Amino acid sequence: MGGAVTYLPLLGILIVVAGFALRLNPMLVVTFAGLATGLLAGMSLPEVIAAFGKAFNDARIIAIVWIVLPVIGLLERHGLQQRAAALIRGLRGATTGKLLLGYLAYRQVTAAIGLHSTAGQAQTVRPLVAPMAVAAAGAVDDTEAERIKAMAAATDNIGLFFGEDVFFAIGSIVLIQQVLATYGHDLAPLELALWAIPSAVAAFVVHGARLLWFDRKRSPPSLPRGGGSRAATVVGAPPPLASGERSPSPSKLGEDL
Amino acid sequence: MITLGWLYPLVGLLFAAVALRSALDRANVKRLGNAAFWGLMAVSLLAGDAIGDFANGLIVLALAGLAGFGQVGRGAPATTNETARVAWSERLGNRLFVPALIIPLIALIGTLAYNYTPLGAAGWIEPKRETYVFLVLGVLLALAAIFAWLRPPALAPVEDGRRLLDAIGWAAVLPQMLAALGAVFAIAGVGDAVGAIARTAIPEGSVVLTVAVFALGMAAFTMVMGNAFAAFPVMAAAIGVPLLIDDYGGDPAVIGAVGMLAGFCGTLMTPMAANFNLVPAALLELKDPYAVIKAQVPTALVLLAANVAILAVAGFR
Repeated sequence: MGGAVTYLPLLGILIVVAGFALRLNPMLVVTFAGLATGLLAGMSLPEVIAAFGKAFNDARIIAIVWIVLPVIGLLERHGLQQRAAALIRGLRGATTGKLLLGYLAYRQVTAAIGLHSTAGQAQTVRPLVAPMAVAAAGAVDDTEAERIKAMAAATDNIGLFFGEDVFFAIGSIVLIQQVLATYGHDLAPLELALWAIPSAVAAFVVHGARLLWFDRKRSPPSLPRGGGSRAATVVGAPPPLASGERSPSPSKLGEDL
Repeated sequence: MITLGWLYPLVGLLFAAVALRSALDRANVKRLGNAAFWGLMAVSLLAGDAIGDFANGLIVLALAGLAGFGQVGRGAPATTNETARVAWSERLGNRLFVPALIIPLIALIGTLAYNYTPLGAAGWIEPKRETYVFLVLGVLLALAAIFAWLRPPALAPVEDGRRLLDAIGWAAVLPQMLAALGAVFAIAGVGDAVGAIARTAIPEGSVVLTVAVFALGMAAFTMVMGNAFAAFPVMAAAIGVPLLIDDYGGDPAVIGAVGMLAGFCGTLMTPMAANFNLVPAALLELKDPYAVIKAQVPTALVLLAANVAILAVAGFR
C-alpha cells in the first residue's frame, strides 16, 4: 500500500477510544483528539483551531432542533406527560411492547417517505412516547422505568435509521450515489433506495420481535424482580422532574414563576 | 428566500435568554458557568458567520473547557410540581395534545405541501431545508396557541426551556463537536489510513469473507467516527468498489445501499453518535448515559448479521 499513507493521525482515534473507555468528559476528549490529530497531520495550532471552528459553525443545523424545548417545557408545565400516561392507562390491552411497535412502524414509514425530521427524541419521545410506554407497563420501579424509556429512545433511532434510506432524496443516498459515481458506477437514487428495503424489513422484524419479547419478560406480575433493591433505587433516584419539589402552593395550579 | 440563516438567530435568542436567566439563578452555584456556556452558544448562532473561523474555534475551546472542568450545572427554573401537573392534566384533558401535535403536523403537512404541490415551485425556502423551516414555524404557532389558551407567565417558555436544556447540559453541544472532529479527521487523512488497514485484513479470493470485512469495517469505522457518512467513502474506496464490485462483480446498488446500512448498525452502538445515543439519555434524564446504547446493541448486532447476509446473497445474484 505504499508509503503515501501516514498512520500518525490514527493516534487521534486512540485518544477518542481511550477517553471514552476511561469515561473522561467527552467534550474534552473530542477537543483533545481533534487538536492532536491536526497537529500530528502537520497543521499549526491556529490552523487546527480555525478548522475546528469552521466545522463547528458549519454544523449549527444540529442546534436548530432545540427550538422545540420551550414548547415541550411549557406543555410539561401543564401536565402533558401526566396526560399522555393517563391516556394510555385508559386504553384496554395497551402494552409497552405493542405501543413501541406501533411507533416503530410509524417512524419507519414516515421516514421512508421523507418525513424523518417530523418526529424525534425531543419532539416526540420525551413528551409523548416515553411517558406512554412507561404508563402502559403499569406499576414499575425506577429501574424498570429507565429500561422502558431507553427502549423508547432506541425504537425512535432504529425506526429512523432503517426507514430513511428507503426515501431516495435523503443525504445518505445522495452520498452513496456520488461516491460510486466517482468510480464510474452511475446509479439512480431510486435503485439504491430500493435496496434499502430488505434491511428495513429486517429491522422491523428483529426490533419488533424484541419489543414484544420485552412485554413477555415483564408479564408475570407476581414475581418480584430486583429483590430488595427497590428502596435503594427510590432513595437514589431524582424525582421525575426534580425542580417540581421547589414549587410551592399546588392550589395555584402552577401559575407560580 | 427563507434560509437557515433566518433560523439560527431564533435559536440564538433562545440560548441568549437561557444564559441571562441562568446568570440570575442564585439557586445554582454554577450559574456563571451556565451563563457563559449558553451565552457562547448564543454568540455562535447569532454571529457565527461574522466572526471568522479562528474565533469560532476559540468558542469551541471555551465550551469544551467549561463543560470538561465541571462548570456547567443544573439551574432551578420556576415551574410546576407533580401535584399541579396532575391537576392540570385532569382539567385540560386530551386537548393538551393539540399544541403538542402542532409541531410535527406543521412539519409534516408543510413538507408534503412544499414538495408535492405547486407551492414549492415558488422557491421560497432554501432547497432541502424546508422541514426545518416548517419545524420552526410549528414551534411559533404552538407557542402562540399555548399563550392564547393557557396564558402562562411571560417568562415561562424561557424557564421551562431552560429546565430541559439544563437537564441535557453540555450533551446538547457534543454532536456539533463530534461533527467538527470528523472534519479534522478528514483533513488529517484518517480515512486513508483506516482504508489501508482494512485492506490488509482481507483474505484472498473469498467473496463472503470480503463482504464480511466490508460490512464489519463499515460498522467499526462508523463506531469510531460516530457517523456512517464518514465511514462510507473510506470503505467504498478500500474494499467496496475495487474488490466487491470490480473484482467479484457485485451489484453496485446493493453494495452501496446495504453497506451504508451496515454502518448504521455501528451508529446504534457508539457513544460517538452522541446525537442519537447520549443526548436522548440526557433528555430522558436517565441515570445511565449508555442506557440507550445498551437497549440498541442486541438489535444492531442481529441487523449487522442480516446485512452481511443481504450483501452476500442479493449483491451476488
